[in-house]
Amino acid sequence: MTTVATPRQSIRFHGRSYHAMVLSPEPPLADWLAGLDAWLARSPGFFFGRPVVLDLAVLQPGKQGVAELLQNLAERNIKVMGIEGAEPSWLDFAMPPLLLSGRQANSIPGDHPPAAAEASAPALSSDPAPDAAAAPASAEAASPPASVAPEAPPAQHPNSLLLDSPVRSGQCIVHPEGDVIVVGSVASGAEVIAGGSIHIYGTLRGRAVAGSRDSRARIFCRKLEAELLSIDGLYMVAEDMPAHLRGQPIQVWLEGDSMVMAQD
Amino acid sequence: MAKVLVVTSGKGGVGKTTSTAALGAALASAGKNVVLIDFDVGLRNLDLVMGAERRVVYDLINVVQGDAKLAQALIRDKRVPTLSLLPASQTRDKDALSDEGVSRVIAELKEKFDWVICDSPAGIERGATLAMRHADVAIVVTNPEVSSVRDSDRIIGLLDSKTERAEKGERVEKHLLLTRFDAVRAGRGEMLNVEDVLEILSIPLLGIIPESSEVLRASNLGSPITLNNPASAAARAYFDAAKRLNGEALDMTIPSDRKGLFGKLFGRRAA
Repeated sequence: MTTVATPRQSIRFHGRSYHAMVLSPEPPLADWLAGLDAWLARSPGFFFGRPVVLDLAVLQPGKQGVAELLQNLAERNIKVMGIEGAEPSWLDFAMPPLLLSGRQANSIPGDHPPAAAEASAPALSSDPAPDAAAAPASAEAASPPASVAPEAPPAQHPNSLLLDSPVRSGQCIVHPEGDVIVVGSVASGAEVIAGGSIHIYGTLRGRAVAGSRDSRARIFCRKLEAELLSIDGLYMVAEDMPAHLRGQPIQVWLEGDSMVMAQD
Repeated sequence: MAKVLVVTSGKGGVGKTTSTAALGAALASAGKNVVLIDFDVGLRNLDLVMGAERRVVYDLINVVQGDAKLAQALIRDKRVPTLSLLPASQTRDKDALSDEGVSRVIAELKEKFDWVICDSPAGIERGATLAMRHADVAIVVTNPEVSSVRDSDRIIGLLDSKTERAEKGERVEKHLLLTRFDAVRAGRGEMLNVEDVLEILSIPLLGIIPESSEVLRASNLGSPITLNNPASAAARAYFDAAKRLNGEALDMTIPSDRKGLFGKLFGRRAA
């Protein structure tokens, strides 16, 4: 008898890339978890349905530590889809896979829709543990704010984006490479995201997210009516802004881990 | 040279349809050939406000899909012979509008009329984007309240990006029409005042229509305010706005119906 070889369709493989949020715990772990709990208390359900990658390069927990950490996160309903920065020997088969090809990304990638940007920018930022990508850079630059002047800033390309018209409600301006200058107002419900500083020669009524690549970035505006201001991950909503500065020309910058706002 | 005008706002209930009817009638009374197109497919109202609801046979969808000729669907107004209406369909939805079909209808109308006025539906979806797509001029209808102003701002952003002119790198001429304005309440701070709205939207002001019970009465009678009661404050404001659309430079005033005894005695002489 002959067996009939049925022509089988070959299996298709696709490569695809996704945006994921990276959590990078820092030692001491107990404090980090306490910080995470505080964050979750404020934003319950924040991690629900979000892909999370665990970066263990800073924590270096060892085999036992990984298992405990995963257990701790699972108790908080955080599902980890992959692990980064770990030794292969720490992981066993039941754990999420080790990711090797991830590259550090800007916390606000330029190509994603406004909704995602607004979620990820303040989110990563307000996480008590800064994400791995931002941590080393901000630590170096932010700690001695006065003495960094002679050092060449990280991105000093003549790469600013000048907008001659007002930014309307619903528009999202994303310029990860440098400063954004708006000659006009930024409407309520509009969003300006810049790698560097943001200058608004009008009223800022929407959101300004500056310094996704530079903690020395500042936000300037002629009249403050903003919904949200953020620099290098730290953010401040309208409620947190000092009442006497509303309607005033202001600038905002970072001093260490806090945002400072002053009248211009 | 025919101009395509879209009357839009983002928010509903601010007076797009009322303003379309009133401005269309004002322009037509001044001798222009005007056609009004109702883009609010599924929720048509312009025929009611124009008092033409009993004469609708074919509608925009029939023409767009090629079931009827344009001449069959156009309804000529009985009061002003240079004013026509192309009604929307009440039984279909906005998906029945095709981009090519709308382009064809507008191109055909531009040959016959001086002004092609598109009454946009509320929202920023298909109906609204198709209504603004071919516009040369846009009137953004806004009420002096924050939600309306923010929605108008959104629509201005769309006018600068989603229209045919914007895609060719040209600009759509944009005008602000502030409706339902109450000077007394704005003075008391209960409403945004004119400067606030202009500062936020930063587009030129076409007119300020005072809040008036006459407007609702005219709509219910099926007659644009500019035909029903041309002497009323709202109608005078619409006439001024229509003149500005035709390029006349007029001082911006807020007409008022309230007159004191002195105003009644001397109002005419003073004006």
